[in-house]
Amino acid sequence: MDLIMKQMPVVVSALNVGFLQTLKLFIVTLIGALPLGLVIAFGSMSHFKPLSWLARLIVWVIRGTPLMIQLLIIYYFPGLVLHNPIWGGGEAGRFLAAAVSFIINYACYFSEIYRGGIQGVPEGQKEAGLVLGMTKHQIFFKITLLQMIKRIVPPMSNEIITLVKDTSLARIIALQEIIWAGQAFMKGSHGISGAIWPLFFTAVYYLIFNGILTVLLGRLEKKLEYFR
Amino acid sequence: MPILEVEHISKSFNKTPVLKDVGFNLEKGQAVSIIGSSGSGKTTLLRCLNFLERPDNGIIRVNGETLFDASVPATTQESVIRKKRLHFGLVFQNFNLFPQYTALENVMLAKKLLAAEQPDFKERKREILTAIEVQAKVLLTQMGLDNRMDNYPHQLSGGQCQRVAIARALALQPDILCFDEPTSALDPELTGEVLKVIRELADQNTTMIIVTHEMAFARDVADHVIFMDDGRIVEQGDPRQVFENPSEERTKQFLSRFHEG
Repeated sequence: MDLIMKQMPVVVSALNVGFLQTLKLFIVTLIGALPLGLVIAFGSMSHFKPLSWLARLIVWVIRGTPLMIQLLIIYYFPGLVLHNPIWGGGEAGRFLAAAVSFIINYACYFSEIYRGGIQGVPEGQKEAGLVLGMTKHQIFFKITLLQMIKRIVPPMSNEIITLVKDTSLARIIALQEIIWAGQAFMKGSHGISGAIWPLFFTAVYYLIFNGILTVLLGRLEKKLEYFR
Repeated sequence: MPILEVEHISKSFNKTPVLKDVGFNLEKGQAVSIIGSSGSGKTTLLRCLNFLERPDNGIIRVNGETLFDASVPATTQESVIRKKRLHFGLVFQNFNLFPQYTALENVMLAKKLLAAEQPDFKERKREILTAIEVQAKVLLTQMGLDNRMDNYPHQLSGGQCQRVAIARALALQPDILCFDEPTSALDPELTGEVLKVIRELADQNTTMIIVTHEMAFARDVADHVIFMDDGRIVEQGDPRQVFENPSEERTKQFLSRFHEG
C-alpha cells in the first residue's frame, strides 16, 4: 500500500495524459458520428431504393462485425495491402485512423436510433404541418426534430456511455489512450515497472466520467419532459 | 359561382377503388355534411381536397380557379400544391396538435412561418408578429380557451385540444374549413363543446365540409347533406329531404338505424 501511495502521483499524471487522448477520441467521434448518423438514417429511409439498400448494407456490415476488426482493417489495410499508408506514422496517424473507425461505427448505431425516432413521430404531425402550408423543411425543423430528440435521448445516452468504454478498443492499434498508459507500467514507464494496479485503476476514470455523463444526459431528458 | 367545385374525383389504393367519380359543389357560406358508413370514402375525399392524397382523376376548383386537374401534370406537382392547400383548412379526428408548443403557439406557428416568407417581413417584423398574436388570442377566446392559451396539449382535455385545432385551422383564414370526424376521438361528454363551436362557425357563415357520424348534428348544422357509400355519392340534397325523405334505398337503410336510435 505504501508503495502504491508513493507511485500514485507519477501514475495519475501519466493516466491523465492517456485519458486526455481517450476524451479526444470520444468527443471527435460524437462530433462526426452524430451528423453522419442522421445522413445514413435519411439514406436508409430514402424512397430511392439503391440508396436505401446501400445505407442498409453499410449498417449491416458495420454493426455485424467487431469494432476491433474494423479498427485493425482501417488502420493496417491501406499500408500493408495497398502499400499506401494514408494515416501517416506516429500517434497522430493512429488517432486519425481510430477516429475514422469510431465515427463510421457509431454513425451506424446512431442511424438506427434516429430512424426509430423519426418513424416514431406520428404521421399526423407531418400531415398537420402540410395542411397548414408548411414546407417539408419547416416540418422537419419546427415539428418533427424536437419530438424525435425527445424519443432518442434515452437510447442515445446508452450508446454514448458505451462509446466512453469502447474507446479502449483503440489500444489494439497502440493509440496512447488511458488503457495503453495504464498497461505501460507493467513493462516499465516513468521509472515504474511490474505494476499492474495502474491498469486496474483506469476503471476509476471511466466510472467518474460516465457518472458525469449520466447526470448531464439525465438533465437533458428531464428538460424535455415539459411536453409529451 | 360556387366557391368549390369538385368533379369526377377517383382514387384507388393498390388498385382498390376508394372514390368513384365523386362530384359536388359548395356555395360560399354554406356548410355541407358528409355522412356514410366507415370505409365509404368520406375521409379520403377530405384528404384529396387537402391534397394529402392525390386523386387519380378529377378536377378541384376553388373560386373558379382550377387548383387540381389530374389530366394537367403542372397542377399536380408538390411545389405548386403547397400554397393551394391554404385554400382549405383541415381539422383532424385526433387533433394532431404539436405537443412541444403551447395552445397559443400551435395557433400562431404556421402563420408566423408564412409571414416570414413575405418580402417586407424584416422591416415590419414586430408589427406583423403582434398582429398574429392578437389574432390567435382572439380565436382562442372565441373557442372559450382564453385561460388555456399557455397550456401544452397534454395539459388539455380532448375537447379543448380539438378547439385549439379548430383555432389553428382558422388562423390561416382558409376559404373552406374541413372537419374529419371532429368528435370521434372524444369522450361522449366532451363532444358537445366541440359541436357547439362548429355550430357557432356555421352561424357565422363559415364555409365548411363536415365528415361526421353525429347524425343529428349533420342534419341540423348543414345546409346540404351528402350521403356516401362504397366510394360514391349515393344521394345529396337539403338535409330535411335527405334525412326525412331519402329517395335511395341505400340511404333509407343507412338512416334507419339513426331513426330507431
